[in-house]
Amino acid sequence: MHTIDGQRGLGMKKFYYLLVVVGVVGAGVIGWQVMSTKTVSIPANVTVTAADTAGFHGYMIGSDTAPVTIVEYADFQCPACQDFDAVQWPEVYEQLVATGKVRWVYKDWPIDGAHRYARLAMHAAACADDQGRFWPMKARIYAYQTQWAFGGGQLGKFRDYAREIGGDVGQWNSCMESAKHAGRIQASYEEGVRLGVQSTPSFLIGGRLYLGVQGSDQLRHTVDSLIAARPRAGGPPRAETR
Amino acid sequence: MGAALLSLIGTLVATYLYLFKLGLIPGLACGTGGCGTVQASPWATFAGLPVALIGVVGYLACLGLALIGLQQEGERRHWSDALLLGGSAVGVLFTGWLTYAEAVLIDAWCRWCIGSAVIISLLCLCALLGWRSLRPAP
Repeated sequence: MHTIDGQRGLGMKKFYYLLVVVGVVGAGVIGWQVMSTKTVSIPANVTVTAADTAGFHGYMIGSDTAPVTIVEYADFQCPACQDFDAVQWPEVYEQLVATGKVRWVYKDWPIDGAHRYARLAMHAAACADDQGRFWPMKARIYAYQTQWAFGGGQLGKFRDYAREIGGDVGQWNSCMESAKHAGRIQASYEEGVRLGVQSTPSFLIGGRLYLGVQGSDQLRHTVDSLIAARPRAGGPPRAETR
Repeated sequence: MGAALLSLIGTLVATYLYLFKLGLIPGLACGTGGCGTVQASPWATFAGLPVALIGVVGYLACLGLALIGLQQEGERRHWSDALLLGGSAVGVLFTGWLTYAEAVLIDAWCRWCIGSAVIISLLCLCALLGWRSLRPAP
């Protein structure tokens, strides 16, 4: 009896050792994950160099030969921009971009004071653009704005979106850690300031700046007016007849 | 013994998910992206508390009960095993509800959450077997 108790005691001792080992190894792995987390921050007010904008004129979609170009200045963390993307953009795309009337250019215009994660989101989209996935990333960042605009773990959330749109996460991580598109974001911002952008979204259409959300009907009307006013090839503008 | 080991592993998994929820871990190992969607959904909180935190507390309670059971004999052990069985059964129901939410309401799967569901189910099975083996003969 004494021997059985002794053996049981020895077995229990080994089991407690096993528990301690599992606990320590598990806690170590988790601790290592927390400690090795690289922080990524996208600096504002960087000095823009020529290399930052070389060959980049905004994120474009639509026909190169479209008669009208619309440049949108937007901020991923701006609720009005999210509203435009969710409500107006599908119709705008269908009626104006897909029909070849408009070439759409999306440019970043971060509102740093109010939107602390805007540049991170813009950089996340820029890194997705490196893999030819800007537009699906843009859609996802706007669709999940309420998820990442508050709380913590923004980088992880953007990484999840990059994964969900089929991106190469390793390449995306390297891009984020390098913050290589910080200058491009700043260049877009400075360009917007020069043009008179004061809020987001703002739209540059036919050389005129429109501030605030524009409805799809409003945009269609503006675009149709610009197309009608264009001089026709091979002769002077046709006189209006009634 | 199995119950204690499973409770410890469950505690580690729940802690990992809770740290992810807090943003201290940016991405989960072997994740599919579904964990981010699940953690950001309204079903990731229960009664104002993060579900992952409830998991940490629940697994720690199970670990405590399992360790107490290992130190006890006879009637006392019977009670600690009964409490462990009850606690883990509540955990299975809670996890079942969360798994249903993942499948139907959120439409996203988190591998770590499924792992936790497997752990709590095995833990409940261990507790049931332990409790039955100690049940007084009729």
